[in-house]
Amino acid sequence: MRSARVWGLMPAWVLMLGTLMVPLLIVAAVSVAERGSYGGFAWDFNPLSYREILFSEDWDGNLVFDPKYLSIIGRTLLLAGATTLICMALALPVAYVIATRPPKTKALLIYLVTLPFWVSMIVRVYAWLIILGNEGFVGRFWHWIGGEGTLLFTPGAMLVGMVYSYIPLMVLPVFAAIEKLDPALLEAGADLYGSRWTTARRVILPLTWPGLAAGAVLVFVPALGTVLEPMLLGGGKQMMMGTLIQTQFGGARNWPFGAAVALVLMAMVVIVLVINARRSMSREVRV
Amino acid sequence: MSNPHNVRHYPGAGLVTWVFFLWLYAPIAVVIWFSFNENRLVSVWTGFSMKWYAAALTNRALMDALRVSLTVAVVATSVATLVALSAAMVLSRNETMRFRRLSETVVNLPLLLPEIVVAVASLILFSQMGFSNGMARLIVAHSAFCTPFAFLPIRARMQGMSRDYEEAAKDLYASPFTAFRRVTLPLILPGVFAGAMLAFVISMDDFITSNLLATGGTTTLPVYIFGLIKQGTTPELNAISTLLILASLIIATFALVLSARSMRRA
Repeated sequence: MRSARVWGLMPAWVLMLGTLMVPLLIVAAVSVAERGSYGGFAWDFNPLSYREILFSEDWDGNLVFDPKYLSIIGRTLLLAGATTLICMALALPVAYVIATRPPKTKALLIYLVTLPFWVSMIVRVYAWLIILGNEGFVGRFWHWIGGEGTLLFTPGAMLVGMVYSYIPLMVLPVFAAIEKLDPALLEAGADLYGSRWTTARRVILPLTWPGLAAGAVLVFVPALGTVLEPMLLGGGKQMMMGTLIQTQFGGARNWPFGAAVALVLMAMVVIVLVINARRSMSREVRV
Repeated sequence: MSNPHNVRHYPGAGLVTWVFFLWLYAPIAVVIWFSFNENRLVSVWTGFSMKWYAAALTNRALMDALRVSLTVAVVATSVATLVALSAAMVLSRNETMRFRRLSETVVNLPLLLPEIVVAVASLILFSQMGFSNGMARLIVAHSAFCTPFAFLPIRARMQGMSRDYEEAAKDLYASPFTAFRRVTLPLILPGVFAGAMLAFVISMDDFITSNLLATGGTTTLPVYIFGLIKQGTTPELNAISTLLILASLIIATFALVLSARSMRRA
């Protein structure tokens, strides 16, 4: 029996060790390696790449603080955070309405929420490229109300694309939390002469919080590493960490620097996951 | 309805929900709508035409990309489903075993890590190993990130299933393999199919990993679409996207229905 367990789990462990865990260790090693003369890298210890994130060298070879990459990290955090908040604000009313429908309608609506998630990311981003473009209907509406320039290639366009890409990941856990609400608690709110908005604020919101927090992790983590929205809707000029990493392995060919940025991104994700794990653990203890 | 204490109805929430669903499907509808546009410009409607579908279906480069995508997806799905099935068998039959939670996290690891970081990591490893066959690189990487999508429906199905049947088989002196083949597998088959189909869709739709790992000659469909987008939007691009949308939606619907049904019967 014991050996059956080991053999059963072995393929999964080998696959994940070989394609995720070992490669990530190599990324860590490459991030402190020397940049190769023809792209790639050479195995010499050199933490230069991390210095490059904060400083650049001026003409005389002096180190100057350079916020160029720091602003990309800042933009990434800002856009991922904004995406998460907008998804929360949208998911709450939508999940509540879905949860209060009869069972059959409920199942259908939840299915309709999940469905776009299975459409290729590239097609979903392309769709917004058409809609927000000068000839697209939102783009035309923008000009009709007197807007100037193009809506594309702005942080706003990226934000729309990101919210669109990740919203199902927020609606599902929030819906699950709302569905578990005890109707008696909601009615108690009403019986105690709380208006429905008071009930929403004092009863529904606190009890839905675990769902919102779970959704926030599910949205925030992939939003941090998003690549396609900045590349297409941001026009490549509004860099985010995902695109910064990607260009280091494509055109720019500075692998150690790309690896360093990838590790910074990984560290940010791990921090979010650890905070989330501690939060859910302290919940378990309290309950 | 106007009772201010009625917690089942919030004014405005219904409207928000309607707008939400409109917004969720409008982009997909726009892509499909303009794929039938006769004009060369995507968003200037001049008349109905199927010619962009004809153009897409006779496009050699597109068919090559489709073939690469299908090959990678079929092989990666098979590998991922087998790996997931064998892990799910162990994890749902040994609730108290050591390293159970850790193993479960390991199987789902691709869901927790940003795809771009994993893609870059695989690229470095593969190039260090001198592993340069583009198709094989894609298959290995896709197998890994498809595994959790195959794993979750299988695991859910196994957890919902009663163990009595397996024990009855054992009582009747069935060998573990016979019990698996004749009893367990037929019972969990809907979950296995659902998982395999979701893995297939995820592999077909992937862009980030494929874009970094593909070499000349192993351009997948999404990578090919990306190249076309960079050249500018055309109705042919819409026609290609529409076909990909339909394929994804049909397979995903089938998988979701299958997995919902199997949960109900269990």
